[in-house]
Amino acid sequence: MQQKAIITVVGKDHVGIIARVCNFLAGKKINILDISQTIVSGYFNMMMVVDVTLMEEKFSDVADELSAFGKDEIGVQIKMQREEIFDSMHRI
Amino acid sequence: MINYSEVSETNAMIEKENLDVRTITMGISLLDCIDSNLETLNRNIYNKIYESAKDLVRTGEEISKEFGIPIVNKRISVTPIALIGGSACRTSDDFVTIAKTLDRVAKDVGVNFLGGYSALVSKGMTKADELLIRSIPDALAQTDIVCSSVNLGSTKTGIDMDAVRLMGTIIQETAQKTKDLPLNGCTKLVVFCNAPDDNPFMAGAFHGVTEGDRVLNVGVSGPGVVKTALESVRGQNFEAVCETVKKTAFKVTRVGQLVAKEASRRLGVPFGIVDLSLAPTPAIGDSVADILCEMGLEKAGAPGTTAALALLNDQVKKGGLMASSYVGGLSGAFIPVSEDAGMIDAAACGALTIEKLEAMTCVCSVGLDMIAIPGDTKETTIAGIIADEMALGMVNAKTTACRLIPCPGKKAGDFAEFGGLLGHAPVMPVNPYSCDTFVNRGGRIPAPVHSFKN
Repeated sequence: MQQKAIITVVGKDHVGIIARVCNFLAGKKINILDISQTIVSGYFNMMMVVDVTLMEEKFSDVADELSAFGKDEIGVQIKMQREEIFDSMHRI
Repeated sequence: MINYSEVSETNAMIEKENLDVRTITMGISLLDCIDSNLETLNRNIYNKIYESAKDLVRTGEEISKEFGIPIVNKRISVTPIALIGGSACRTSDDFVTIAKTLDRVAKDVGVNFLGGYSALVSKGMTKADELLIRSIPDALAQTDIVCSSVNLGSTKTGIDMDAVRLMGTIIQETAQKTKDLPLNGCTKLVVFCNAPDDNPFMAGAFHGVTEGDRVLNVGVSGPGVVKTALESVRGQNFEAVCETVKKTAFKVTRVGQLVAKEASRRLGVPFGIVDLSLAPTPAIGDSVADILCEMGLEKAGAPGTTAALALLNDQVKKGGLMASSYVGGLSGAFIPVSEDAGMIDAAACGALTIEKLEAMTCVCSVGLDMIAIPGDTKETTIAGIIADEMALGMVNAKTTACRLIPCPGKKAGDFAEFGGLLGHAPVMPVNPYSCDTFVNRGGRIPAPVHSFKN
């Protein structure tokens, strides 16, 4: 069964945010299903729906790594969460 | 597919409004540990709890990371120890050895608290019940994370006034025995009327004898989320307030349900219930009192407080019931004074008194919770306050409780510090008039009539 996760990226806009996040995901065999992105008064907001079925490492480790990568390498806040938390809260 | 605004709403609840899962509590039956040899009993208890709960904390942390929702506490509740220790314990000190075993195993598996150092004496006390109750001051003084509770009454049986009187003494003794320790032992001791078997919250959690071998119960939280939601309906009528609370409670409870099912699946332990309680913390923005103020009260305790709390409690249940397949425990709004910044404020400025809190406990879950009282409060006065609270629960067929904390050396108006989730509280004045002759009568108050409701 396909396992989906939601990735949110928030931070000051600059060149290459999407590229670097996507590269990271490719390296973890995470497939991107959907991207929506806006800039609100200089702030970058992105939400991705991704497929983590093929990911080999533990979800919690990758989530930690991605969040640290965002903070240290790109200077943005990145969260990766399983889709179920949003589904259960917003869908009956 | 989930859209951006839904994702950001959920994440704002978690990041800005203190939404969390307050506790995953594993209930563990110790009935199969019973042995007439104290050493064997202690060994059995250690092994059963360790084997059952060794993965609880790790699993909780994994789920927390994967869903991005904090799970604040991982806890254990066990079968009331008075039932388990009855055949092996000849003295109160024997019971204390069990408390120490519980403390040791709880620390070894890494949980925050373990509850169930308990006795159920709503109609009468067995020898073992009484020994356990008399051991509570030493047990709480010699352990760190064991919680104790005693059920003193129920709607079906009435109130055991001998036990109520005894608890007045035990609470004072516990405060005295733990006065030089970092934490006042009374913060880990609660008395109940109509105690539920599946409550995941401390200090009152125990694993009832009607439960299965092991079970996972989850307590949600989220006063900050309700408060923020209510900000959007300022000035509107009660219908708007009720609908907002209900919808918010639904969303909060769905998170609890998700975490409960996931933990249950990963640990291979059946899912028990979600407890719908709105549990505050001392953090700013995580307060039930602030919700009451958002509804339009200047301070918690002002006229209208009981009505506002009744409304809140009912709507939380209405929203939460549909969100979870099984609801249980205490389910309602908690009003612990020291654990809620808004309640602390209200008590400190005199808006909130013990008598007003007593009225509030008629319409919400639990009762006089985390209330600091002067260190020289008489044992009989404590018993009298407990008797009042038990009577409320008995007559209204609801759970009520008392967690009173005599603070040695402190008088009304001083501040008592408990630390962490337990917070701090102003020492509240207690009615100075005596109830000695009343509570010293002994015996039982019979169960109330269940018809002629007026």
